[in-house]
Amino acid sequence: MNTILTKEKLSETVWRYRLHSPRIAKKRLAGQFVIIRPTSESERIPLTIANADAALGWIEIIFQVVGKSTMLLADLNVGEKVSDLAGPLGKPTHIENFGRCVCIGGGVGIAPLFPIICALYKAGNDVTAILGARNSGLLMLEDEIKLSANRIFIATDDGSKGTKGFVSDVFKNCMAHGDRFDLAVVIGPAIMMKVTTEATLDAGIKTLVSLNPIMIDGTGMCGGCRVSVGGETKFACVDGPEFDAAKIDWDEMLTRLGSYKSFEAYAREQHACKMGVAP
Amino acid sequence: MTSESKTTDPRFSRVAMREQPAQRRITNFDEVPFGYSPEEAATEAKRCIQCKKPLCVTGCPVSVKIPEFIKLITEGEFSAAARRIKETNALPAICGRVCPQETQCEEKCILGKKGAAIQVGHLERFCSDWEREHGPIILPKLKPKNNKKVGVVGSGPAGLTTAGELIKEGFDVTIFEALHEAGGVLVYGIPEFRLPKDIVKKEIDYLLKLGVVLEKNFIVGKTATIDELMQEEGFDAIFIGSGAGLPSFMNIPGENGIGVYSANEYLTRSNLMKAFKSDADTPLLKGKRVVTVGGGNVAMDAARTAIRLGAEKSMIVYRRTEAEMPARIAEIHHAKQEGIEFHLLCNPNAILSDETGFVRAIRCIRMELGAPDDSGRRRPVPVKDSDFEIECDVVIIAIGNNPNPLIGQTTPDIAVSKWGTIVAGEHDGRTSKKFVYAGGDIVTGAATVILAMGAGKIAARSIMEDLS
Repeated sequence: MNTILTKEKLSETVWRYRLHSPRIAKKRLAGQFVIIRPTSESERIPLTIANADAALGWIEIIFQVVGKSTMLLADLNVGEKVSDLAGPLGKPTHIENFGRCVCIGGGVGIAPLFPIICALYKAGNDVTAILGARNSGLLMLEDEIKLSANRIFIATDDGSKGTKGFVSDVFKNCMAHGDRFDLAVVIGPAIMMKVTTEATLDAGIKTLVSLNPIMIDGTGMCGGCRVSVGGETKFACVDGPEFDAAKIDWDEMLTRLGSYKSFEAYAREQHACKMGVAP
Repeated sequence: MTSESKTTDPRFSRVAMREQPAQRRITNFDEVPFGYSPEEAATEAKRCIQCKKPLCVTGCPVSVKIPEFIKLITEGEFSAAARRIKETNALPAICGRVCPQETQCEEKCILGKKGAAIQVGHLERFCSDWEREHGPIILPKLKPKNNKKVGVVGSGPAGLTTAGELIKEGFDVTIFEALHEAGGVLVYGIPEFRLPKDIVKKEIDYLLKLGVVLEKNFIVGKTATIDELMQEEGFDAIFIGSGAGLPSFMNIPGENGIGVYSANEYLTRSNLMKAFKSDADTPLLKGKRVVTVGGGNVAMDAARTAIRLGAEKSMIVYRRTEAEMPARIAEIHHAKQEGIEFHLLCNPNAILSDETGFVRAIRCIRMELGAPDDSGRRRPVPVKDSDFEIECDVVIIAIGNNPNPLIGQTTPDIAVSKWGTIVAGEHDGRTSKKFVYAGGDIVTGAATVILAMGAGKIAARSIMEDLS
């Protein structure tokens, strides 16, 4: 258990690992996540289960190297084990045939979006995928998503692939051309979700987001992942991670994500120094 | 050796336990009391008058044979004394440290009527530490295997006790722990300076030596449900001891500011994730001025952790008076010695943050005691227009925990109360689902280690009955 079966570089800073975990593979549903500790001293890192095969007993995670703990995870190789792997956690996505769905993913948020696209497509929905990244090198899962989406649009900040601009621009363009949707799912960096869901909600579309707040245990014990949803405090780990975008207090969420910025920068530098690489 | 009591008769004066001076201990996470020397233990033990009808035993939730183990200490048979305790209490080194003895065994002690009660907790700690450090650790004889398989949900005090009882009786026992380390609240909640983690680890290792299987990173309800464990994996019975894991907040403005923690999060970061060490990967906003809201043991633990992490000022805010504080007397006493400031009869009504979202103050209103409420304690009522602010950069909310809902949500045929606790018989631990038992905080709401252990024992007895 917990062994890394395959390791694949999706972009400069993004990795896909296939991990042996028969129990989690069997139980997991779209929208759920795991907690991983790369080493016995590491933080607990929440990561969405991007894909799984119950029969073969594996799950896949996709992560971006952003700090010391994800650096440690990226240092592991095929055949090695992560120290701890727990899940599946969180409530699964509510999947049914909604009709026409637009799934909008930004950056590493495309990873958690992928299993939801697959599940919606499988349930008979007409799926439009809009994927965005800073540049074409950071864009991931395009080929896989093509197989589970009726149409796919790409946006990059620098125009190196698809439309130059943001996913919200592409979405607005779709609407301007008379598209209509019954459901929107938006996953990405918090600021991207804030901006993009403003657009989908303005268009009168019910919109779900999957939040990625700071988390420790992932089972409801610490309350670190609390977010204000419709004026009520919710725990993303047990009440979410998916919520109705219309009810999220984005400014509070964005502020809380910055709680440990100074620690993170320090840890990254220290680790990079030890590894002999530039941070 | 020091004695403290007004009477000069040595029978009525207890032997105090030596401890780290407050000024030194606030700079480290080492345990505060040093424990008795053999001489001190013997002196204290000899004070016991060996009552024919020992009231102390009636005050103990697991009926430890108190006069018997104390007698063994007077005879110098320290390890034998520990084994005598272990006949009814699997975790004496832990209970000796964290039980509220003053409201249990020691409250009933007849010596207490004339002077100081026997320090049962100190003696319990002494002999179990002695056994662990000097041995011999004699494993009890296990009954032959009965081919019955029991799953235990949670490795806190309730689960460890149930597992310990059942393994001796020949059951196969597997403990499922959600976190990456076993011990539950003993590991993530209670700080090192009150309960060294090494001691918890040794108690768990002892159970593993007896043959208990531990599955970490296993969240019952998520990784597998109770029904799956029973129907697909061959478990004949399940004991749920998943604890009161969900922190309560006050639902006041500003509570989601940066620097506001639940006590669970603050203590988990420090204890389980080792944020108290400078090289830990998990960060913790340490705070120069830290306010902890609440008056229980958890609040004391958080406030005392804050001062050790370098807070210039660590303050407790509590809406009643010290007399109503649910914390152990020893914890309040230690907190005061360490310079923790007590702001009593005041209740927070808002947490204020600066423009970057970081906490800058907590606003409170003064309270006065009114008529008694349901708990028998006088209800605090706000004094009009008495709002004031306490400047601070970290706020820790330690006002209690709710039961973890994961099991109830995923096992619909287990009856749950309106508070979210699992309904289980007080005297048998049986739930509404056949062959499923529960005990500890998941049944009672947040309570004590020893009550959870008592419930674990009771459930183990029912499991033995029902599976025989």
